[in-house]
Amino acid sequence: MKLLDCRGNGKVRVVYVEGERSIRKRLIDMGITTGTEIIVRRIAPMGDPMEIEIRGYELSLRKEEAERIEVEPE
Amino acid sequence: MKRETVALVGNPNSGKTTLFNRLTGSKQHVGNWPGVTIEKKEGVFHYEEHEITLVDLPGIYSLSTYSMEEVVSRDFIMNEHPDLIIDIVDGTNLERNLYLSMQLKELGLPMVIAVNMLDELAQKGITVDIDRLGRELNTPVVAISAKSGEGTQKLVHDLMENTYPSTFTYDEGTEKCLAEIRELIQPIEHDTTHEKFYDAKLLEDDVLFARQLKMSPAQYQRLYEIQQEFCAARGQKDIDMAIADTRYEAIGRIIRECVHHPAETRSMSDRIDDILCNKYLGIPMFFVILFTMFAVTFGPFGEWLKSLIEILITWISSSTVAWMVSANVNPVVQDLVKTVFSGVGSVLSFMPQIMLLFLFLSVMEDSGYMSRAAFLMDAMLRKIGLNGKAFIPMLMGFGCSVPGIMASRVLENDEDRKMTMILTPFMSCGAKLPVYALLAGVFFPKQAGLAIFAMYVLGIVMAILCGFLLKKTVFKNSGSTFILELPPYRWPSLRNTAAHMWEKAKGFLIKAGTIILMCTVVLWALTSFTFTLQYTEDASLSIIAGIGKAIAWIFIPCGFGHWQSVISLISGFIAKESVVSSMAVLYTGGDVNALSVILPTIFSTRSAVAFMTFTLLYSPCVAAVATMRKESGSAAFTLKTILFQTGVAYVTAAVVYLIGGLF
Repeated sequence: MKLLDCRGNGKVRVVYVEGERSIRKRLIDMGITTGTEIIVRRIAPMGDPMEIEIRGYELSLRKEEAERIEVEPE
Repeated sequence: MKRETVALVGNPNSGKTTLFNRLTGSKQHVGNWPGVTIEKKEGVFHYEEHEITLVDLPGIYSLSTYSMEEVVSRDFIMNEHPDLIIDIVDGTNLERNLYLSMQLKELGLPMVIAVNMLDELAQKGITVDIDRLGRELNTPVVAISAKSGEGTQKLVHDLMENTYPSTFTYDEGTEKCLAEIRELIQPIEHDTTHEKFYDAKLLEDDVLFARQLKMSPAQYQRLYEIQQEFCAARGQKDIDMAIADTRYEAIGRIIRECVHHPAETRSMSDRIDDILCNKYLGIPMFFVILFTMFAVTFGPFGEWLKSLIEILITWISSSTVAWMVSANVNPVVQDLVKTVFSGVGSVLSFMPQIMLLFLFLSVMEDSGYMSRAAFLMDAMLRKIGLNGKAFIPMLMGFGCSVPGIMASRVLENDEDRKMTMILTPFMSCGAKLPVYALLAGVFFPKQAGLAIFAMYVLGIVMAILCGFLLKKTVFKNSGSTFILELPPYRWPSLRNTAAHMWEKAKGFLIKAGTIILMCTVVLWALTSFTFTLQYTEDASLSIIAGIGKAIAWIFIPCGFGHWQSVISLISGFIAKESVVSSMAVLYTGGDVNALSVILPTIFSTRSAVAFMTFTLLYSPCVAAVATMRKESGSAAFTLKTILFQTGVAYVTAAVVYLIGGLF
């Protein structure tokens, strides 16, 4: 399952981050590593980007980035 | 005296600049959005017999090389060899902040970690065992509040007392891989002061280092094998995830030992965002906030403040003139002084409004709302080929294009940055306001506020249209991302807001006293003398009239093909504030009040609107152009940009004039 598909509020765990290295590396550096808990907080009014909580802080991602993040339900 | 260089490093929004200001006593610009420090800044302070140069590096999340900020910071540490490092971390967000600390520790430089936001930690009921944290990380740790200054004395003390280098020791498996790499690169000449950093970066597959070391194919092969072993041992598919996992795992272990959170509740910020980023209310509220900002600044309140300054200037000016008359001062000098008073004075009277505008922008930045605005607007801005983060530079552009263009560094993608630099000057800056205020006051006396607001809206509309155009023609493929931290909401500090406003006011006063004063004097000279250097009361015989008349015809399609307007616009390239003062000098010999009487005889309503339109859109002032040159690193790009902007201004002004003729 992709993070993109978790549009409702809920907790998931990161499985893997895919895609081009520079963007993937940035996402990983921001703390999106295997096994980390993500809480989907809200979606921006126009449907994109989304706000997630990870490692105790709030991060905003676009659909394209959320699509790179493979997650599993907790 | 001992001289030391200290690098101040930390995540974006961790309070670096606040601490910098605390320690050095300077007034750098501080905000609450990630990426405020856009270039490195230096300041000096003293401690006992030490003279310490503190270098405020841009905020970074990691020491890789995927963004400009990371490159700037890494280059500084690797090439300039600072003696010590202060690593400032946000105590409310230790986990992610320590990720950078781990990498800094690899550098093997003496380092002190400052855990910031002491006050906020206490508020949230979070306790951090500072001593334990220091022992676990093998580095001195000091709890501080950069905002109140608490703990900063101890920080400096510990920094100067603990000058031994140290590194952090990872788990056994990781250390084994690092040792293998060290052995591998031993024969290659490299800077061994940062030994562990090299090892770790090579394990991380940092392309830059691998290239720098000029490794042989066999060595590459061996490095690859070590990386693969490392991944396998950690049960990860690739090296990036494996190494980040190692660091975060080490951090997680330390955090569990040293940090105690109260039972989980939803944060205040999250609850505020339920309203401010609400699906239905978010965008309307954003526009209400923007509208309030403009209404207060340019509405009755701002106008009232402005009238107070005007009274003061008029009083000083008339008393000086009266004194000169009674003292029988040479009439040419009298004329010059009058011109200067009215030229500089007309610009100075806008200071309260410009300060108000910066007050709002400063509060928006400090509170954390700026990042939310970017979050709300991203989807909309993307449609015109811009990134939501571009919203931050653009909003600052309403104050001044210079910080706006500088702030375009928050965008990692080169095309995003260039696009933002091109479009930011369309956000009407504070210095253009006097032009609208003057013309709107004369031609739309009843709806002056509305007319001014319309100019701001026109700027935004033109940015959107040009964005579309550029996206379809020049900037076609964009690998842009929107990975943005939304910092917790914070109360703006009075000290910081006041400092920010004072900084702007000071800049404005200096500009009025230097560039604008000089322009006014030069313009007066060019207006008062003929080509044969005879003093003349008739400006149409002057030098400037000769130059202006030669080029004024170009603007006939825009409806203001008179030499006075054209020269005023040219002087606006030096500083936009000079447009009004130049008009006053050229049309009336320096009397702003007479200007409102004379303007209706020169401009029609539609040519006045065309003139405002041109002022709104044409090339930004020389300071902004220089900033653009510096930020883009390309003179060709800068030249193309100002030609594009001036072209857009010309065409739009001509269209406005044409449409105006239909009514």
